[in-house]
Amino acid sequence: MNAIVQEQLGRYISAFDDFRKIAAGTALPWLTKLREDAFAQFAETGFPTPNVEDWRFTSVAPIAKTKFRLAEQLRTRELLALRDQVESCRIPGAAARMVFVNGHFAPEFSSLSCLPPGVFAVNLATQIAEKPQHLEPHLGRYLKIKRDPFCALNTAFMEDGAFLHIGRGRVLEAPVHLLLISVGGDVPLMNHPRNLVLAEEGAELTVVEEFLSLGDTTVFCNAATELVAGEGAVVSHYRIEQGNCGLFQISTLRIQQDKSANVSSHSVLLGGALVRNNVHPVLAGEGGVCLINGLFLGREREHVDNYMLVEHASAHCESRQFYHGILDDQAHGVFHGRIIVHKDAQKTDAKQTNRNLLLSDNAQIDTKPQLEIFADDVKCTHGATIGQIEENALFYLRARGIDELSARRLLLEAFANECLDRMKEGPARAHAAELIRAHIRRMATTAKKYREAQPETERVSHWEEFQ
Amino acid sequence: MSLLQIKNLHAKAEGQEILKGIDLTIDEGEVHSIMGPNGSGKSTLAQVLARRENYEVNAGEITYAGKNLLDMKPEEAACEGVFLAFQYPAEIPGITNAYFLRSALNAIRKYRGLDEIDAMDFLPLLREKAKLLDMDEKLMNRSVNESFSGGEKKRNEILQMAVLEPRLAILDETDSGLDIDAVRTVARGVNAMRSPRRAMIVVTHYQRLLNHIVPDFVHVLVGGRIVRSGGPELALELEEKGYGELELAGSAEV
Repeated sequence: MNAIVQEQLGRYISAFDDFRKIAAGTALPWLTKLREDAFAQFAETGFPTPNVEDWRFTSVAPIAKTKFRLAEQLRTRELLALRDQVESCRIPGAAARMVFVNGHFAPEFSSLSCLPPGVFAVNLATQIAEKPQHLEPHLGRYLKIKRDPFCALNTAFMEDGAFLHIGRGRVLEAPVHLLLISVGGDVPLMNHPRNLVLAEEGAELTVVEEFLSLGDTTVFCNAATELVAGEGAVVSHYRIEQGNCGLFQISTLRIQQDKSANVSSHSVLLGGALVRNNVHPVLAGEGGVCLINGLFLGREREHVDNYMLVEHASAHCESRQFYHGILDDQAHGVFHGRIIVHKDAQKTDAKQTNRNLLLSDNAQIDTKPQLEIFADDVKCTHGATIGQIEENALFYLRARGIDELSARRLLLEAFANECLDRMKEGPARAHAAELIRAHIRRMATTAKKYREAQPETERVSHWEEFQ
Repeated sequence: MSLLQIKNLHAKAEGQEILKGIDLTIDEGEVHSIMGPNGSGKSTLAQVLARRENYEVNAGEITYAGKNLLDMKPEEAACEGVFLAFQYPAEIPGITNAYFLRSALNAIRKYRGLDEIDAMDFLPLLREKAKLLDMDEKLMNRSVNESFSGGEKKRNEILQMAVLEPRLAILDETDSGLDIDAVRTVARGVNAMRSPRRAMIVVTHYQRLLNHIVPDFVHVLVGGRIVRSGGPELALELEEKGYGELELAGSAEV
């Protein structure tokens, strides 16, 4: 381990020492043990290097080298200054909203009063303080701290986040919106929000986890969510991520599916300096169905890494992975789709598709399927494509009167629409669609190829048109 | 004044000259057919008129409605009323046919200073035109040309023409790959569009389509040049004799 990493590890050790003295639930032995084991695990392995297979295409050196401080709760005055930005992220038609700023619950911006009976939502720190016994059977039981140092780090520092619980047979059609905001400070800050979602037998729930970073300062948000879907439960999980050039965003979704549970994971990643999106469903009961759908857009020097680990641990389960990437400038995308079919998971039906559009010669995508099959009667397929905007399609649109810029935008939207079409109609999808459309509009306007294709004078006139 | 005037047009693709001096004048209300063997430059001419950038025009001029067509981008030509029915229409997964057509119509309307049409007002128009072409309404909500049959794609081209109402329509081998029923349907759609204000260029390899869309003039393109022009009877003559003799004549001139 080199000197820089040593020094940084020292910082994490002292941060953890301070944290465990004041964190919620220090009196709970089970929670203390979870945190301490996790920290010990992190201290032992440190940050992953590209020599580790799971991190082959992504260097986390920028995170490892930065001196992050654990973000404290903002003062009320500082919080209120964010009001306009928080309000602009509202999902019309949501059943409830929980806002977290730098990993801490912000009740000022949250609204939980309209939830119907049987649906329970509270911030994790409150639940730890008041009724930790409901958390103990689940919290930290699914996320594998040994597999991923970031999960270990999150578990070591877990304190706040959302705790959602929907009772047996209850149906909540409107989404619960979790808005997790990272705000920079004078020094680089980190936060480790932790969510736990429990859907009991036959329940139906939609959760939108939206990550947002404000300001250009360096922030490291390392989030983890454990989602437990009981027998026959139907859960849709959305992860929407919008960051700026100072954001390091690592997020992990660990899904535990019981018999016949039907879970959809939709990821919409709209940028950040370094984004790592881990989705790890375990189909632990027969007849489970899992849809893993994603769209990632990168530009400038953004790095977006999608790591999928789909574990078929039981027979007769079906998983579908569809990830679409659009990369411009020098952006670098990664899709790593790993499927593990355990010995007893006969009649598994697993499918994986990754399609990518590269808008510039300098954009890069690494796509890697990895199938590990230990059962003998299974159906597993995978496929990946990498292409550019099709000249034929572009000309076709232009020959019908649509200008080049709009035609490019339409084609990018069309590519993104395939992901949107896999989301169920409703407020969550509408929200995702709106953000995607706005982002694509920006991408189409600034696309390098488009600028290059225009003579100097016309470029100026187009710029003015779009001001 | 003529609607389209092509003078001494030379065009290259990938460094190779394909059109070697085309002269053609088309007046409003006229239907001209361009026939010729494979590789004679028919499709190149159609694509140059639609302003595809892959073709380099190295000599000649094209005047359309009093303007220099060669100065126009594809979208400008389209907004000025030039329409190309593609031989191989592109498939665009993720955009519905209806949305695509409305976007195109609105782009053209905007160019002409007209208000945009919203989805509610557009639907009846689309229905009426689709009916004319015996098109299943379900095709309107499917992605553009995606998993359409050959006949559906060609009918979709004519449907677009019917909605966009161009002044100059160029049909590039619209009959190729169609059975006779589909040819009749397409021809019916095209004939319904004939008007004293609109001109058409029907590019085809076979005479068959011209039984249903009867042209005013027929031109034979061989080796990048028009080697013969005449009335509809010329198409019948070609059907009988084939292009062989004319190809010889074309090469002799080189």
